Order: sequence, then structure tokens, then C-alpha cells
Amino acid sequence: MSTLEIKDLSVSVNDKPILSNLSLTVNSGEIHALMGPNGNGKSTLLSTIMGDPDYTVTHGSIMLDGKDVLSMSVDQRSKAGIFLAMQYPIEIPGVTNSDFLKEAINARRESPIRLFEFYRLMEGAIHDLKMKPDLAHRFLNQGFSGGEKKRNEIVQMKLLKPSIAMLDETDSGLDVDALKLVADAILDLHQTAPMGMLVVSHYKRFYDYLHPSHVHVLINGSIILSGEKDLIERIDSEGYDWIYRQYGIDPSNNGKTSSGLLGTCATKGAFNGNL
Amino acid sequence: MSNNQHVYDGADHYKYGFSDGNISVFNTGIGLNDDVVKTISSLKHEPKWMLDYRLKSLHHFINRPLPSFGPKLDDIDFDGFTYFNRAADKESANWDDVPEKIKNTFDTLGIPQAERDFLAGVTTQYDSEAVYHNMLDEVKEKGVIFLDTDSALKQYPELFQKYFGTLVPYTDNKFAALNGAVWSGGSFIYVPKGVTLEKPLQSYFRINSANMGQFERTLIIVDDDAHVHYVEGCTAPIYSKESLHAAVVEIFVGKHASCRYSTIQNWSDNIVNLVTKRASVDAYGSMEWIDGNIGSAINMKYPACILKGEHANGYCVSIAVASRKQKQDAGAKMIHLAPYTTSTIISKSVARLGGETNYRGYVSHGPHADHARSKVECDTLILDDISRSDTIPTNISTNQTSTIEHEATVSKISEDQIYYLMSRGLTRDQATQMIIMGFIEPFTKELPMEYAVELNQLLKLDMSGSVG
Repeated sequence: MSTLEIKDLSVSVNDKPILSNLSLTVNSGEIHALMGPNGNGKSTLLSTIMGDPDYTVTHGSIMLDGKDVLSMSVDQRSKAGIFLAMQYPIEIPGVTNSDFLKEAINARRESPIRLFEFYRLMEGAIHDLKMKPDLAHRFLNQGFSGGEKKRNEIVQMKLLKPSIAMLDETDSGLDVDALKLVADAILDLHQTAPMGMLVVSHYKRFYDYLHPSHVHVLINGSIILSGEKDLIERIDSEGYDWIYRQYGIDPSNNGKTSSGLLGTCATKGAFNGNL
Repeated sequence: MSNNQHVYDGADHYKYGFSDGNISVFNTGIGLNDDVVKTISSLKHEPKWMLDYRLKSLHHFINRPLPSFGPKLDDIDFDGFTYFNRAADKESANWDDVPEKIKNTFDTLGIPQAERDFLAGVTTQYDSEAVYHNMLDEVKEKGVIFLDTDSALKQYPELFQKYFGTLVPYTDNKFAALNGAVWSGGSFIYVPKGVTLEKPLQSYFRINSANMGQFERTLIIVDDDAHVHYVEGCTAPIYSKESLHAAVVEIFVGKHASCRYSTIQNWSDNIVNLVTKRASVDAYGSMEWIDGNIGSAINMKYPACILKGEHANGYCVSIAVASRKQKQDAGAKMIHLAPYTTSTIISKSVARLGGETNYRGYVSHGPHADHARSKVECDTLILDDISRSDTIPTNISTNQTSTIEHEATVSKISEDQIYYLMSRGLTRDQATQMIIMGFIEPFTKELPMEYAVELNQLLKLDMSGSVG
């Protein structure tokens, strides 16, 4: 049983404030959906929890089961059970998936995993995500398609078995079949070892598979609205305009007025009136 | 006296930096002159032509200026070295006869193990002469000659004289001249026509005595349609004063023949390594240099292929890792003399902790090298702000139909890559090592597996705690 507790978190990038006084608690077994227009801080929140050096915490705290996450290095956070399936997984030439994963698994073990055991686990994960069998011997993310990269993140997640799992638009770039595959793999892992999950997606379809227990809307660096699944339904059909109006938010205040991009990744037609 | 006193405090950072004390049976004393050369030749009971060759080489060495390029060598005191050192009274044919101290050293290096596991033959050089030599019967049955070079001169004088010094004459450069004067030991390989050796032949070289120059001479002749892989490993103990290593390697690759020569040079960081390696390749033949440079204080090494027959192919993949106080000046030379010859150079350099690594390469397409093709790729990874690297390529084409491609990159380790690996639980050091190992993967993938594993461990040892 794990609890991730974010309190009054403010974060800047290059002295530009992105998150302000954000608070959120995620417990094992819970799936939190994080929604909101682009450029409002969803990825920032996830990256900050993971420890991305580009983000500077200016205020607040992040605790994992009472331990101060902000004082941990990135690898310590990983070993403590935090995992981030990244929006843009990095390519590492010359390093095979299997060498990398073996080292990542061994990083959290007293004694190194036996090779036989490792390959059994890896082959299982590759099979579950219907990746090509040569994945183990390919270089980490190098030359992978967008969808392969995203699936490979979930292969890693399955093998590393985090207690807190964060998915940053893992579903974008996946075709319809792959989306279901990835969702099933996540749910399978979640059922055997319940995680606390923080999921960023623009797709109702992905959330339909995952059945989030909590839904939050992040605008201008703060969670301004939380609810349950019906919130996803409403955003999917109506967009964010009603939230702006209801909470008196001027969307042009958002430094990055990139909400025009939304139409490309949200349900078609939902934003026609807003742009 | 015990040489262990000279082992400096950092010795435990260097895996093979042990010394087994002074066990020398005979040496020529410090310094170099006609008498030293005559003594070496006489002790070896050499024919007169070899003594003459040595003396001509010596005189050329004395008169020849230092190279006009590369790292500064002015500080080397050539009169401060011992040029010949005989460790054992005679070569031992049986491992059991090898003196205990030497055996312990080799045991630590794991040679008998390696031999059992995958080697077709082992010849090991301890200081100046081979002390242990063995070959599998299979290799003998195929008519392959694999000897230390001194024995080869005695047993196969005609074959020896036909090739010796013809590809790297003593007039080639100052250090080839030095080697010509005082050479001792090395490997001699002859692979007869049509013979293919499936397993690599291997030799270990080791400098044991302080201020001891080592000048091995290797001669490999691969006759037409024959194929061989030779693996040379180098490790040396650490001493407080610099040691000199100036080897010469000559390889003759016949028609439709192939030779692969794999080395990981891991001299301790007080050794000056000045090596001339050259192969001539006949029509449809292929020469591959797999050349790793991790150790030594100063390293100058540019394996060369002279592609003299049509469709001959030259390949050199190398790495150079330069750390604190190290200068790696390495590269490759491809000299195309015939039509349709092809060559590839892949060079990977890593500079860190103030080390300096330079790629120095030479590709020439002569007037007869119609339709020749060359590809040069050199990539450098610089790990900090105090290390440096230069790329000094020379590409010359003197005909209209040949092509030379050249690509070079210099980069730092990407923080995005480090972050990604750390987010999966690797420490910063582990992540850095993994990225470096990935960077040099085009080299490691060419190595026999045991070597790849050892290289991996050597670099890990070397890198640990070094990257902030």
C-alpha cells in the first residue's frame, strides 16, 4: 500500500511558473485521470514527480509513504517505486533493450536476477504487448515507431512493477488495437499488484478502458476541478469552454495558448465553438 | 629488490596493475648502442643478415628525427630504458614448466582458462621472449605455423626473410627503426593456402620490469584463400617511471584471403605506445583491424591497409579512451592502389578527466584505384569541459571515379539520455557507463564475447565514480 502526497506544489521552468500550489493525493488501487488543455502543466507535474532536472520546485512538497521525494535523485525515486511512462521516450543507440532492462531490474534487487528468469519475464512482457520478438536485442527505442516506443514503456513498467505509475499520453501514437493491448497490459499489472496511477490522456477511449477512480482538470497550473468518470464524458462532448466560463478563467491568460492543437487529439468536433 | 615499491597508490584502480618482483635472468642494462644490439643478436644466435639489419635500423633510429605530428615526444629519454630482458632461460612447451611467478601472473590474467574455453592456440610474451607456447593439434595438422617470432627466424629462415621488413622497412619511421634494432618476441603466423581457422589465435603481451622497453615484432602471412583471426591482448603492471613500447606488425593477405586482427591495448597509464601496424591486401582479399586503445600515457597507432589488388577490402574499427593525462592519437590509413578497392574506417573516441583523444586518419585513392570507395566515420564523446578532441582526416583522391565519404561528430553525453536511464533506477554513473558502452558498441560487437565482457568490465572499473 503506497501513498503519493503532493502538497502546495509550485514548479517553474526557466523561471517561468508552470504549476502553482497544486495538491493531490494518490493511493494504491486508485487511477487518477489528469485532463486539461495542452500547455497547462500536466506533463510538468508528472516530470516533476519523476525528478526531471528541467523543472524547478519553488514551493511545496511531494511525499511517498512519508518519505521526501524531492530530496531523492531520479534513480532513488525509481527505486522507491515511482515510474513514468514518458511522452517522448529517449533513444539510446548501442544499448540493447535487454541489457538496459536487466540493469534496471538489478538496480532494485539485492542480488542480480538470473538470466533465465530475466528472459522469461522479458519474453512474457514482449508477448503481452505483441511486440516483435527481437525487441530484446534491439537498441533502446532506436528506430522504433511512435507506437513501439509507447508500448516499450509499458514493457518496462511491467518488468519494474512500480507502486506509483504515471502515464504521460501513453495512448497517443497508438492505433486502436495497440491502445487496447496497452490498456489491458496496464490493467493486468494493476490487478495483480495494485498501483497508484496518474494518467494523462486526451482520449476518452483510453479512460474507458482504464476506468479511472478520480478525474482532475488541470488549468493554468492548478487543479481547478475534480470529479468522477462523468467529467470525462462531459469534457469529451463539450470541451473545456464550460469550465473556463464556470470558473471565470480567461483561456488567453494561459502562457501557452496552444489549445488550438486540442482538436487534433481530442474527440472531433468537441472544440469547434471554443477556438 | 621488490618492484612492488614502485607501484603507486592508484594501482588498485588498474585491474592488472600487479607486479611480481624482479625475476630477470639476464638484461642488457640501461641504454642503447651497437654493443647492446650485437649482444641481443648474439644471445639469440641470429644469422648475420639479421644482425646487419638490426645495426642499420639502429643507425637510422639515431639519425631519424621525431615525428613532426602528434603528441610531443621530446621528453622521452631513449637512453633511459633497458632494451632487452630475458625472463626465463628457455621457452617452455608445457604450462607446468613455466616459472611459478610468471604463471601466477598469467593465472590472474586467466590465460589457461581462456585457452581451454575457446582459443586455438596461446603464445604469451613475458617481457622480451615467449615463455609459454602451445597450439592445438588441429591447428598444427592444418599446417599452420604459429610461433614466437624468434623461433620462426630459426625454424623457417627462408619464409621469414622473404617477408620480414618488406612492408614496414626500418626506414619507415623512427620507431619502426627502433623496433628493427632491438626487436624481440612477437608472433609469427603462417596460414597455408586454402586453410581456414575457425577459432581465433591469441597472444598475450606483458611488460613486467620497470623502464623496460618492449619491442615485439609480429609477422602474419595469410596465403591465398586462407582465413585467420588473430587476437592480441595487452596488459601491463604499473610502474612509477614510463616504459616504452614500440611494436611492428606486418600482415600479408593473399588473394581471396582474409585476416582479422583484434587488439585491446590496455597498457598502464605510464607507457608510451608507438606502434606501426600495416597490412598489404591482394586481390579480393580482406583485412580487418579491430583496434581498442584504452591504456598508455601516449599512444600513437594508425593501423594501415595497402589495398594493392583489385576488389581488396580494408576495414578498421577502433576505439580510443583518454582519461587523466592520457593522449590517444589514433586512427587508420587506407591506401588504395587498385580498382574497385573498398575501405571503411569507424573510429569512436571518448575523452574525459582532461584526457586528449585525436583521430588522425589517411585515405588515399591512387590513380589506378578506379571506382574505389571509402567510408570514414569518426565520432567523439567528450565527457567534461577539461577534456579535448581533434579530428585530423586526410582524404586524397587522384582519380575521377572513386568516392570518399567522411562523417564526423563530436558530442557530449545527453542529459535527456541520463535522465531517461535514471528514471528506470540506474545511478548517474551507471547511466553514463551504459551510454558510453552504447557509443562504442560498433567496436565491441566485433570482439569475441570474452573480450567484449572484459572490455566492459575494464571500462566500468575505469569510469566508476569519475563522472559528476
